[in-house]
Amino acid sequence: MSRIGVFICHCGENIAGTVDCAKVAEVVSHLSGVAHSVDYKYMCSDPGQNLIKEAIKEKNLSGVIVAACSPRMHEPTFRRACAEAGLNPFLCEMANIREHCSWVHEKSDGTTQKAIDLIRMLVSKVRKNKPLYPIKVPVQRTALVIGGGIGGIQASLDIANAGHKVILVERDPSIGGHMSQLSETFPTLDCSQCILTPRMVEVAQHPNITLYTYSEVESVSGFIGNFKVKIRKKARCVDEKLCNGCGVCIQKCTVKKIPSEFDEGLGLRPAIYVPFPQAVPNKPVIDKKNCTYFIRGKCAACEKLCPTKAIRFDQQDEIIEADVGGIVLATGFTILNTDFFPEYGYGKYKDIITGLQYERLASASGPTLGVIKRPSDGKIPETVVFIACAGSRDSAKGIEYCSKICCMYTAKHAMLYKHKFHEGKAYVFYMDIRAGGKMYEEFVRRAIEEDHVKYIRGRVSKIYEEDGKLIVKGADTLLNHQPIEIKADMVVLATASIANQGAEELAQKLHVSYDSYHFFAEAHPKLRPVETNTAGIFLAGACQAPKDIPDTVAQASGAGSKIAALFSATEMTREPVIAVVHRTAPPIFSTCVGCFLCQSACPFQAIEREEIKARDGKVLKVVAKVNDGLCQGCGTCVALCRSKSIDLQGFTHEQMYAQIMAS
Amino acid sequence: MITIGYFPGCSLLGTAREYDESLRAIAPKIGIELVEIPDWNCCGATAAHSLNHTLATALPARILALAEKENLEEILVPCAACYNRLVMAQHELMSNEPLCKKVSDIIELDVKGTARPINILEALMKTSSNGLAQNISKPFNYTVACYYGCLLVRPPKVLQFDRAEDPQIMDEVMKKIGAVPIDWAYKTECCGAGFSVSKTDIVSKLSGKIIKDAVTRGAETIIVACPMCHSNLDMRRKDINQYNDSRYIIPVMYITQAIGLALGIDKKKLGLHRHIIPVTLPVKEKTTGKTQPALAVSERSASGGKTEVE
Amino acid sequence: MSYSLHHSTESNSLLYKVFENTGETVYKCYQCGKCSAGCPLSGDMDYAPSSVLRMIQLEIPELDSKVLSSYSIWLCLTCETCVTRCPQEVDLPKIIDYLRSESIEHKKVNPAAKDIIAFHKTFLDSIRTTGRLYEVGLIAGYKFRTFHLLQDVSVAPKMFLLGKLNPLPHIIKNRSAIEKIFRKSNRAHAGKEAEQ
Repeated sequence: MSRIGVFICHCGENIAGTVDCAKVAEVVSHLSGVAHSVDYKYMCSDPGQNLIKEAIKEKNLSGVIVAACSPRMHEPTFRRACAEAGLNPFLCEMANIREHCSWVHEKSDGTTQKAIDLIRMLVSKVRKNKPLYPIKVPVQRTALVIGGGIGGIQASLDIANAGHKVILVERDPSIGGHMSQLSETFPTLDCSQCILTPRMVEVAQHPNITLYTYSEVESVSGFIGNFKVKIRKKARCVDEKLCNGCGVCIQKCTVKKIPSEFDEGLGLRPAIYVPFPQAVPNKPVIDKKNCTYFIRGKCAACEKLCPTKAIRFDQQDEIIEADVGGIVLATGFTILNTDFFPEYGYGKYKDIITGLQYERLASASGPTLGVIKRPSDGKIPETVVFIACAGSRDSAKGIEYCSKICCMYTAKHAMLYKHKFHEGKAYVFYMDIRAGGKMYEEFVRRAIEEDHVKYIRGRVSKIYEEDGKLIVKGADTLLNHQPIEIKADMVVLATASIANQGAEELAQKLHVSYDSYHFFAEAHPKLRPVETNTAGIFLAGACQAPKDIPDTVAQASGAGSKIAALFSATEMTREPVIAVVHRTAPPIFSTCVGCFLCQSACPFQAIEREEIKARDGKVLKVVAKVNDGLCQGCGTCVALCRSKSIDLQGFTHEQMYAQIMAS
Repeated sequence: MITIGYFPGCSLLGTAREYDESLRAIAPKIGIELVEIPDWNCCGATAAHSLNHTLATALPARILALAEKENLEEILVPCAACYNRLVMAQHELMSNEPLCKKVSDIIELDVKGTARPINILEALMKTSSNGLAQNISKPFNYTVACYYGCLLVRPPKVLQFDRAEDPQIMDEVMKKIGAVPIDWAYKTECCGAGFSVSKTDIVSKLSGKIIKDAVTRGAETIIVACPMCHSNLDMRRKDINQYNDSRYIIPVMYITQAIGLALGIDKKKLGLHRHIIPVTLPVKEKTTGKTQPALAVSERSASGGKTEVE
Repeated sequence: MSYSLHHSTESNSLLYKVFENTGETVYKCYQCGKCSAGCPLSGDMDYAPSSVLRMIQLEIPELDSKVLSSYSIWLCLTCETCVTRCPQEVDLPKIIDYLRSESIEHKKVNPAAKDIIAFHKTFLDSIRTTGRLYEVGLIAGYKFRTFHLLQDVSVAPKMFLLGKLNPLPHIIKNRSAIEKIFRKSNRAHAGKEAEQ
């Protein structure tokens, strides 16, 4: 027997201004199944909530309807009140007579009647409500961090220091990312490696962190709290346990002239190499594509000379399986190369370089030991032109966004050039100066006022070579838009930051959304910048959008705290508004015929196969099963199922039809 | 033999006569049969699009409609300016239905967009794969500056022909006949366009820069595919040299003439005698294959070591 | 992105007319100056190309007037370098062509452009008459319009001797078709201008 209590809120004048609440309460009290019907000024207030609690106890209510604002506002409030009074919260629902009625109509009898109709429909539904109980999902308290740049490093340390285990996967032979390639960081001009390497070492030594370098994520399945990941540890051809980092193999390698990836092609490395001296782990890796042994079966000098016999040419890739509860994506970014620019020569001029290449020139441990030299002839350039916005903010080239970091690093580059070579001339062609961070504006002013870098507002139309110089054709829009031609010795393009290679594939493996630029999508641009729409997967750093180091570190710590919150208990609870497949007694077992239309439609991969077996193990039927950890209660499967064998708890067919038919 | 429609354009009847002559001379040898569009009219060139947009679309529309009437699928348009006008007009008509209707009413003909204008380089690329290299009897072993000008490659979104910056197709064709194209900075810089008569100084300035760069980088001749460019670089040479205080005598040839020479065709048939700057290409030294660039020698003197091209 | 100008306040500003007649939205231009940097003649113009767009953007009548009476719009070679490199894909040559018509319509043509327009007009007269350009007629007509009687006097004889100047014009058979095209186009052009 239904005993539903209906509470009509005035919401001040918001509802009472157009709906006659007293009349509504009176009419509703006569509805079949309604045992209590009152109206009150502010239901969400403490006294309002007490009205509900008292009525539940006094009148032994079997259900509660609060006719007020949108359930998005106060459903949790009223459900909590009911729970406190001993009524299952899922027997409490809200009729929206504000956004759906009083706010969209004028004061009239029709408006009052609509409010009555809405409540009547909901009463018919709530009569069929059943109590529901939260679902508990176990949580594996190990985190997977994908990407070992400063973002991944920070997130790993935060999670590990919170007492949880971390698996950090990095596809390069060493962690460190782009930050390890920089010479100095803005706005302090700290030596980048000096501030980074302590963190790198901390990661390597932390008891809670397991580091897999030269490794990639092969596959991910499962759901929040219960991910199953496979990591491919690529073969270094060096036994890491035996290797002591002495470096003899690197010195004696017979293939010495391979363009170094770490030096952005400006330096050379051998076929067996460590990307940079401060690499973590400091164990070499063999580049099979260029190693003589792998190409022709000859040489093997490293194997012969290694004092600890650590070289293993036959080493195979290893697949490592792990169970993790949460994942942090910190895969970083890459930048456009100079061959992207037709008007700047399609990359054929050696002395037109990218910002990262300039960092390697400026770096004390770089190919030129920190002296800025022209890649073409090794001479020190006397005039350097820096071009900001190369590729960014350019619809014609398909990159509309601003890459955020270039204004600052261009100022830094120009300053470093002037510091190293006082007589040199530095020009920066810019469109705007974006220096919004702390101490950023002061940094740029320093470049202009103290270091005498000449800033010209205008874009460069064309660069070509003449007599060993690069002719830069730009314009000064602050000086009558007149064309300015500069004969430069070197040009540095601040090329756009773009999503890293493989970002799309990784996002698809993890079922994480991404935008047209392949940056990973946050759950909400303002209020949820660290979460994705995939439960249990969080974002840190430039893989989400171009970002500088302070913001990356902040976001990484944010992701770390989300993981820590997720791991705060060994179980997590979920709302029970999920789909359920019909089950009944043998021999039918279920009206589900196993067509799995629902599985292909489910946006959250929440439908699984379930084999119903006889006692002897013979499979009698294969039906659909909903994973209660993943299902989000969207109802797509319910709409599609042709035999109506899957239903949504809290919004069953029976409930919905009752509500509709009562209209 | 492939049959292509042919739209010579006004200049090929007059100031660019040798372009028409050389094209007709090489056409049968490279497997093209030219079908001239009957009673074709002027495309309107710069004058029409500067003063009257409707007229500037209607005049090319008539040409396209006439080609369609002859069931021609492609129209070879050797003049780069006419080519640009025809492609741009066709693009506008096909993407703007009300405009297409209006223009069809004006010209009293329908334009369906089935006749595709192609430029000389596209035509040469098509046919060169039919064995241009095999028919070369006199390899064109000279260092050349391939000058594309503006209108063959821009605007890239509409023309979709070659790279807009540093295009390569003309260079490729010239390589096929044995030439050595240089990498230079003025491949697609404007020569001064239609200002030959009304603002000759501008032509002198802009064309002068082009010639200077070509000569400084060692070109022995400039190859063009546009009558206006040819006229500015060749006919206006006296003005250029006067304005720039220079003495450039580097010859300017149409690509069809260079190909004709390589195919062994007589130079009179190719109209080489019709240039203002005599087409004198240096004799190659056997050992180095290099000679002095054609610079700083008076126009009229014929010093030793230089002969008329055979 | 699609643009409409329903937020525009001045419906008879040049910006609005440019949009109506060419479909180009001048607001897209963010004044980077790349067009001015690459334009072969921006140094010779009174207003560089990006400056012209800036003047149109502000919808100030005095600036609109300056644009229409500028020399820049007549010096433009239509080399299409600007639009090829413009990051915002603003079709500047198309806008310039429209500004030329407007300039003539509103009788604001810059005096320095007199010869250029004389050349264009003579060119069109020649085509109208014979269907194809009669080069000798063009030169003669130009001299008549501009009184530059001695221009190119040295070049012309050589051109004749080389066979590159036809003494007589090529006249197409269907001359009346061309005459009709001119008449109807002029009417359409004038009608469009009158609408504004």
